[in-house]
Amino acid sequence: SPSRELTQNPLQKTWEPYDNGLPAGHSAQRGVCMTNCPTLIVMVGLPARGKTYISKKLTRYLNWIGVPTKEFNVGQYRRDLVKKYKSFEFFLPDNEEGLKIRKQCALAALNDVRQYLSEENGHVAVFDATNTTRERRETIYKFGEENGYKTFFVESVCVDPEVIAANIVQVKLGSPDYVDCSNDEATEDFMKRIECYKNSYETLDETLDKDLSYIKIMDVGRSYLVNRVMDHIQSRIVYYLMNIHVTPRSIYLCRHGESELNLKGRIGGDPGLSVRGKEFAKSLAQFINEQNIKDLKVWTSQMKRTIQTAEALGVPYEQWKVLNEIDAGVCEEMTYEEIQENYPLEFALRDQDKYRYRYPKGESYEDLVQRLEPVIMELERQENVLVICHQAVMRCLLAYFLDKPAEQLPYLKCPLHTVLKLTPVAYG
Amino acid sequence: AWASYMTNSPTLIVMIGLPARGKTYVSKKLTRYLNWIGVPTRVFNLGVYRREAVKSYKSYDFFRHDNKEAMEIRKRCALVALQDVKAYLLEECGQIAVRLFSAKRSWGGSCLHISSPPSQVFFVESVCDDPEVIAANILEVKVSSPDYPERNRENVMDDFLKRIECYKVTYQPLDPDKYDKDLSFIKVINVGQRFLVNRVQDYIQSKIVYYLMNIHVQPRTIYLCRHGESEYNLVGKIGGDSGLSPRGKQFAQALKKFIEEQEIVDLKVWTSQLKRTIQTAESLGVTYEQWKILNEIDAGVCEEMTYAEIEAKYPDEFALRDQEKYLYRYPGGESYQDLVQRLEPVIMELERQGNVLVICHQAVMRCLLAYFLDKSADELPYLRCPLHTILKLTPVAYGCKVETINLNVEAVNTHRDKPSLNSNNLPASQSPARMRRSSLTPRASADTEQRPRHHSVGSKPPDPLGPFPFLE
Repeated sequence: SPSRELTQNPLQKTWEPYDNGLPAGHSAQRGVCMTNCPTLIVMVGLPARGKTYISKKLTRYLNWIGVPTKEFNVGQYRRDLVKKYKSFEFFLPDNEEGLKIRKQCALAALNDVRQYLSEENGHVAVFDATNTTRERRETIYKFGEENGYKTFFVESVCVDPEVIAANIVQVKLGSPDYVDCSNDEATEDFMKRIECYKNSYETLDETLDKDLSYIKIMDVGRSYLVNRVMDHIQSRIVYYLMNIHVTPRSIYLCRHGESELNLKGRIGGDPGLSVRGKEFAKSLAQFINEQNIKDLKVWTSQMKRTIQTAEALGVPYEQWKVLNEIDAGVCEEMTYEEIQENYPLEFALRDQDKYRYRYPKGESYEDLVQRLEPVIMELERQENVLVICHQAVMRCLLAYFLDKPAEQLPYLKCPLHTVLKLTPVAYG
Repeated sequence: AWASYMTNSPTLIVMIGLPARGKTYVSKKLTRYLNWIGVPTRVFNLGVYRREAVKSYKSYDFFRHDNKEAMEIRKRCALVALQDVKAYLLEECGQIAVRLFSAKRSWGGSCLHISSPPSQVFFVESVCDDPEVIAANILEVKVSSPDYPERNRENVMDDFLKRIECYKVTYQPLDPDKYDKDLSFIKVINVGQRFLVNRVQDYIQSKIVYYLMNIHVQPRTIYLCRHGESEYNLVGKIGGDSGLSPRGKQFAQALKKFIEEQEIVDLKVWTSQLKRTIQTAESLGVTYEQWKILNEIDAGVCEEMTYAEIEAKYPDEFALRDQEKYLYRYPGGESYQDLVQRLEPVIMELERQGNVLVICHQAVMRCLLAYFLDKSADELPYLRCPLHTILKLTPVAYGCKVETINLNVEAVNTHRDKPSLNSNNLPASQSPARMRRSSLTPRASADTEQRPRHHSVGSKPPDPLGPFPFLE
């Protein structure tokens, strides 16, 4: 049989086969197929071990790299059902009423998981609850099997009282559960809440749980036990979890100083800084000095304008080619008016779906995100970093940190001569 | 190297484990990977030093822990090896030395001092209690070892198992809970079923861990080929996004037949996002995945030109490329070095997968091939990857077996060998090709900026005379 004719998708410039004159319904997938079947990630651990922190961060990361992910926090279901939290006694192991409600919440959450993964085209669901007994984990595992999901457990184990106390201060004191309590009252109640779980806590065991797929994170990432990673997405998740840390730090994002082509309204190219751009570089140097940042790393792209900006700082910097501005292909160094005149169709298409639109012989924001993933991974590993980059690149990085979806990403405001200082706090 | 700024201090990787636990396999594979991504790495195998010192191996008795004479020899070998490691890391500017170290972590009175910067030590331990795996290892690699030149299989197996027993007496596995909790290490259990990772210190250790967690030892085959001959191939134009020529389409049909005949289980097919590879895959009538990062090298301003046109229009660029083909970056385009960085996720996923057919392009195929066949950066851009030829790669022992399959469909030859020296007339003041940044302006005259490539401006290279942790 003759091979099918190819047609180029005008938006993304990808080649797709025609079937009887109509574009075929996707037998050729773009990019790596990350998830053949949906994945259910199950958090495990005592309260105040960072489960929700990890869930939210992981969800943010997976969504950013293009894997539709949603987290389901059972505690939230409980708060929706039991309007007012009274005390830790709700969590006592012999509180029949409490147990009933908690089980109900877990099942409601699982039901929503099923809807998300099986009906709403979600790829990954993160089930955030203590899940501290083997029995509860088996129930969830069976649920996964029945629905054709792969289950991956993420356990956080921590015995350091300082870490736990810090967690409580960061996220529990401000919880809706403790809105009417003093800090001391809240802390005392929460510590008793943790005690409720301790007796029945069954940690993931090398022998008893040898057939499960899981990662056990110990002491906030000092060490990890990884068992039976099944596929690509689990491997990526493990790599990500092993690279994140909780040491306080700040990330500074800014663009290069104004360039000669900026002045002319032209996009792309490799111009140098304008007079005002050079002034910005000097101001940036002053700002950085004033901030008195410990061990600051400075990163630039390999384009002249970011390097010139960094040069003014008088400190060592690293050049990353992957931080280069989006490649506008045939539209490089044109003004938007020229693009509209010479490529009216392209101009219109870009406004239709700015995230997926790929310049002819160039890139899309979607391509940029894939290209920038190693930068995000290294930013997670690092502490204080200043990234001097470009508009489209900065939008992608910002979208990752601020959890902005693809539709909003290409419209995030990243003006010249403006520094964004990002500091992790609580869950964001 | 793009990754070299990530490793400011040299790293010593120490392999640990009983014999036949895959230490040499992992060392060689890891070394191959690290060198490919641009981190200079070398293996120092104690067995090789021992074989040098003791010309002929008699029997497992040499490895008995109460054999004093043998122990002296082994200790001396270790010291010599460590001297070589030191020389490599400090004098030859190697980044990583992988040292094979069986069983014991300390010999007699000397212990490995764990360093503070500038050097990092990372342990990789391989633990295996599955007797089938061990037996398979012995058969696969030990039977053909220089230690056993003429023995028959049973004797080899027997002697080797006794050798293992000698080590077991004194083997102290890494203990993450007590003695070794401050060390940085990964413990690989049962060929990757389980991992214990402790105190990863930096980027390179994190990459090593990720790599080790993705490799596997299941038998499988990787097929590499280029798209069928394209319209541009016919007229000698590079790059672009042209479709297949009639002969190219013929090749696609022949490829389909070949694949069917091979009867490969669960074959994955990958293409780039350029028309010519997709057209080739379409003929196979199977599902395939498109990867943008498999696209051919971007020739920037030289896209869609012939080599003659490039030589005429940009003679200096043309000459520079022949001088340093690996590092040379096309103006507004890419270099082979950039390509390697771009392809790293492909390699990682290839390691994870089973049987895969990758339909790609000449420069891309050279990079992938260099990884599998452990070719240096100098050789990489000149590897032969002709059109209409499939390379079938099968992992075997410590390397890769290559089978070249020509499908007998004629095509143009797109290969250019490295021209002989002195054929270029560049003035001595010309900075080498590595100076190219992202500039769209082709080099026309001597560039006045002289910056070393491997270090960013203002940062100092690692201090080769600095302290180093050692066995003294």
